Amino acid sequence: MAQFMTLPQAVAENLNAGDTAAFEGFTHLIPHASAHEVIRQGTKDLALVRMTPDLIYDQLIGMGAVRKLIFSYAGNPGVGLLRRLRDSVENGWPNRIEIEEHSHAAMANAYEAGAAGLPFAMFRGYLGAELAQVNPNIRSVTCPFTGEKLAAVPAIRPDVTFIHAQKADRKGNVLIEGIVGVQKEAVLAAKRSVVTVEEIVDDLWTHPNACVLPGWAVTAICLVPGGAHPSYAHGYYPRDNASYIAWDKIAADRDTFLAWMKDNVLDSTPEDFAERITHLRAAA
Amino acid sequence: MSVTDFTPDEMMTITAARALKNTDVCFVGIGAPSAACNIARLTHAPDVTLIYESGTIGTAPTVLPLSIGDGELCDTAVTTVSVPEMFRYWLQGGRVTVGFLGAAQIDRFGNINTTVIGDYDRPKTRLPGGGGAPEIASSCGEIFITLKQSKRAMVDKIDFFTSFGHGNGGDHRQRLGITTKGPTLMVTDLAVWKPDPETREFTVVSLHPGVTREMVQAECGWTVRFATKVIQTSRPTSTELSTLRDLKARTKAAHSGTKNGEAS
Repeated sequence: MAQFMTLPQAVAENLNAGDTAAFEGFTHLIPHASAHEVIRQGTKDLALVRMTPDLIYDQLIGMGAVRKLIFSYAGNPGVGLLRRLRDSVENGWPNRIEIEEHSHAAMANAYEAGAAGLPFAMFRGYLGAELAQVNPNIRSVTCPFTGEKLAAVPAIRPDVTFIHAQKADRKGNVLIEGIVGVQKEAVLAAKRSVVTVEEIVDDLWTHPNACVLPGWAVTAICLVPGGAHPSYAHGYYPRDNASYIAWDKIAADRDTFLAWMKDNVLDSTPEDFAERITHLRAAA
Repeated sequence: MSVTDFTPDEMMTITAARALKNTDVCFVGIGAPSAACNIARLTHAPDVTLIYESGTIGTAPTVLPLSIGDGELCDTAVTTVSVPEMFRYWLQGGRVTVGFLGAAQIDRFGNINTTVIGDYDRPKTRLPGGGGAPEIASSCGEIFITLKQSKRAMVDKIDFFTSFGHGNGGDHRQRLGITTKGPTLMVTDLAVWKPDPETREFTVVSLHPGVTREMVQAECGWTVRFATKVIQTSRPTSTELSTLRDLKARTKAAHSGTKNGEAS
């Protein structure tokens, strides 16, 4: 049953050094506040999973918290490459991370398999693509009915998944609307889950088919308004595209990056996110 | 009415847009493909179905998205589905007629690299990776590609096969058991290219106004083949050009925005 707690408490209780952790969100509802809290607590040696690692993974990697990355697209969408990730892969700064690379289809299927309690995912993929030659976790199975050779990848089973959502009710049921991404699957595939929300309400007041995660399937819920910024929360505030564009320059230089992290992460708190979206909320 | 004052980039986007039909269901890549697909929707193909991999189906944004998951895409979509559903039912299920891709690196057979420049384990440049592209390339009915020409992008041999085009040419796709057509069209800022029916090598079929064969060769890393009959690409119409410029202006205004409350 979901427990309501502060974000520092939820991170301390649910994430340990050496864990495999997913911070999911497909452009929308990216759990920035949770990742910043992890950086503040100094948790190290993490294996990070995400379809689309972007700014928060660039930050976790640049701060030396990461041992391994499992992903399918690592970029700053519409802006460019992730410069801290590149520095790690190309130059080993601050440490060289291990990479396990897939396609989106593989990752989406692997999360589904994790949520469904299956050992692996099967799909028609990687035909002619070279990733299968450099990633030993991309294999194949033969359909027992047609003989077709299909791609197979191991299920994703994180120790803990972090997501951000619009709201939770007082029983801990969580509502996700808009671009729902792979968050439901990522939570159900994980042993534990931490959900930050924009608000806590008496009643979700939703239509019957909205994406709801029942409270008994969630570990911890934390009220963190603005917790997705500079990503967005549909119905609350829009994506802060200017911040994504600005990140490219901040991350380009190691010292600029470290100074930014000190000001905006190490010396900040989860409460600071509410203020960061004030102007966006007004513009929405 | 056609116009004479346009940039090579505008010519590319408008020519690529013309390739989409009103009845197409198109999986849209970010960047240049996204601009082309939306110009098609705003001009000759108002009912074209645009799909972005974030899960938005039948979207009709008024500005170009910066990412594949901007709120505008969801607000204007017929429906928005989860990412697993998008890749399992809609893409793998064979319901998408065209995949519209860009490329960091491409060879003459339409094989695309967006993974690494150099060696995979010790890359010179680590690129973002394939994302949805490996399966878009094999599951969509056919693939259109659009990119700005340069010797760095159009190379004799790509460093990594992120998405399979026609492999080594000929019937290489069929031999791998891929049943879709693969790359059938490439539009650059200089020319329109189509695969040779037998070898599958991309061949120039049309040169944009003012472009010579030498100019195409100067910005291409392999020896360019030209079709027996090379025609000139039709100039943009005033409607196409004003639609594109309005879209770009709206997009620029929407994305500049403000950061942390400060006017920028």
